[in-house]
Amino acid sequence: MNRAWLLALGVLATLIASMTGLVLLPDKQLRPTEPVKDEDRDITLPAGYFGDAEEGRRVYMDLGCIYCHTQQVRPEGFGADLERGWGMRRSVARDYIFDDPPLMGTMRTGPDLMNIGARQPSAEWHYLHLYDPRITSPGSIMPPHRFLFDLRRFADGLPAEAVRLPEAFSPGGPAWIVPNDRARRLVAYLLSLDHNYEVPEAR
Amino acid sequence: MTEASQPLPTAQDERERLTRIQIDRSCRQTVVWYYSSAVFWLLVGSALALAASIKMHSPGFLAGWEWLTFGRVRPAHLAAMIYGWGSMAGVGTLLWLQARLTRNRLPFPTLLPATAIIWNLTVAFGVVAILAGYSTSIEWIEIPPSTAILFGFCIAVIIAASIRMFRSRESSHTYVSQWYLFGAIFWFPLLYVSAQIFLHTPAARGAVKAAANWWFAHNVLGLWFTPIGLATVYYLIPKVIGRPVHSYHLSLLGFWTLAIFYNWAGTHHLIGGPLPAWLITVGIVGSVMMFIPVVTVAVNHHLTMVGHFHHLRHSPTLRFVVYGAMCYTAVSFQGSLQSLRSVNEISHFTHYTIAHAHLGVYAFFTMVMFGAIYYVAPRLLNAEWHSAGWIRVHFWTTAVGMAIYWLGLTWAGWEQGRMMNDPRIPFLDIVRFTVPWLWSRSAAGVLMTIGHLSFAWLFWNMLRRRGAWLPGPTLLFWKRSAESLPEGAAE
Repeated sequence: MNRAWLLALGVLATLIASMTGLVLLPDKQLRPTEPVKDEDRDITLPAGYFGDAEEGRRVYMDLGCIYCHTQQVRPEGFGADLERGWGMRRSVARDYIFDDPPLMGTMRTGPDLMNIGARQPSAEWHYLHLYDPRITSPGSIMPPHRFLFDLRRFADGLPAEAVRLPEAFSPGGPAWIVPNDRARRLVAYLLSLDHNYEVPEAR
Repeated sequence: MTEASQPLPTAQDERERLTRIQIDRSCRQTVVWYYSSAVFWLLVGSALALAASIKMHSPGFLAGWEWLTFGRVRPAHLAAMIYGWGSMAGVGTLLWLQARLTRNRLPFPTLLPATAIIWNLTVAFGVVAILAGYSTSIEWIEIPPSTAILFGFCIAVIIAASIRMFRSRESSHTYVSQWYLFGAIFWFPLLYVSAQIFLHTPAARGAVKAAANWWFAHNVLGLWFTPIGLATVYYLIPKVIGRPVHSYHLSLLGFWTLAIFYNWAGTHHLIGGPLPAWLITVGIVGSVMMFIPVVTVAVNHHLTMVGHFHHLRHSPTLRFVVYGAMCYTAVSFQGSLQSLRSVNEISHFTHYTIAHAHLGVYAFFTMVMFGAIYYVAPRLLNAEWHSAGWIRVHFWTTAVGMAIYWLGLTWAGWEQGRMMNDPRIPFLDIVRFTVPWLWSRSAAGVLMTIGHLSFAWLFWNMLRRRGAWLPGPTLLFWKRSAESLPEGAAE
């Protein structure tokens, strides 16, 4: 094996083989996957992301939420995701057909968010949690995202989304936080994360 | 090895020596550019790493700036270290090794240094893009897809230089390092460009993009850093101790089994995830099969070293390289075990994985690159390292720092995983449990950063040629019988 081209061909062949096996073949297998039809509500699921939720997904990506939060529920008997109430069923490939890119994650410094919209449906909770995670979750090591909010000291002229801070977190008198556009979109995205519906492959 | 040691210098030895000097001189500009840039990115990456580490246990630290929020600093750290420090130190070493192995001067004396500048600008663009909020949020490839064109151009020039040197090599025998380098140089661009296509075009969809992500990310380590690191180990250990590699046949077996199996291991990052079971199983099989190349390489390196461990006391290069080679064996064994479902059920999604990743990229690859720079830079600049003391500081802070890092996070991660799998334990209790170990990581990070600063200080003085003119090597301790060292050992 002393010819450059033969060596080059050999090493390229090994990589092309694994690319075929690990990317191209799975894509061929999963490409025909379609959303499931929910007869009761006359919609198809997953629904995909629209409007604020779609833009909020971009905020989730640029703030790097993925480095501490997964979006995948492990199957029964593997870990304790279902017992922890992180979802009613395991996640399947179908759940991600509109995810570009999928935000499955590999680290759980914080809990899984695959169904956070169902588990924590209050926008107000999310605003407080994003502003300072220790308001809602004592002992959390999630970074505060104060840069997504305006702090107001007076009750006059507050927009509807304004949330009053608990006294322990507003030294110097009453204070309200007003989410900016990015915070509103991010929360819209988080509230859209709900995969608690049946799919044929995870019955 | 072609540079066999002789008791008395002959006319032939003298010619050999002059050829080596000419080769090293031809590499000077390019490789010094790559190495200096690598050291710069090492410092940038360390600063970002420390910030990220401190934020994990003290979330209020630098929390006011969106640019410096944890979710941006962490991927910026990875980009600076992988594409800045690791890749640039790797390319510098790769070019020098190929020039030495083929006994050719390094071609393209203007184009190759230009690629170093382009590479720097690309990494800088990527790191700033991540901090500014343009991360792709795809692990290991957060930098924008447009970088594929720039990296692609640089690698194309490097491939052209490699082929040119290879075709006009003096001996028809191909040393094992050359195989690994050839692998790395062809694998990386194919991997990088095709991953960008799968991830940013409809060529793959939904969950398959995650498979493509881990096919890429795992192979950056397996088919880019690992072959460059192993090529360096295969070259430097025999060089420094002055005896050939234990077995040529074992090294060939090691190379081709790595080429065949490492490729397939990536999907072990998705065990328990929403992908077809066969795909995950393939990843596990590939990971377990990695025992073959790993044992092969470990046996070969160890049998080469046997009886020569006393050189570790004197040679800084050997110390770093042997530390790295041993950690390669350790990280690979750990990796194969970690891919088993029963282990992965606990270790996945925890700090255990972070410790494992650093054992690979840092304890193995980075330490080997430190060793390589200690060997190569004096030959390029005709000057010696100006202080053995700072080299010792560098070695001990990084070696001990890495050990603390790995032990703390491996233990904490394992417990974290066990607690997470017990639904009776509230999640925030697990978070509280990990905090002291996150502090231990920051302490380790401070040590490693002190090491990097010492190294940067040494390198800066090397560039200014503060050290002695080359005739004698910087040894960590002066040896009574230095003259009895084989020629290859004189560094």
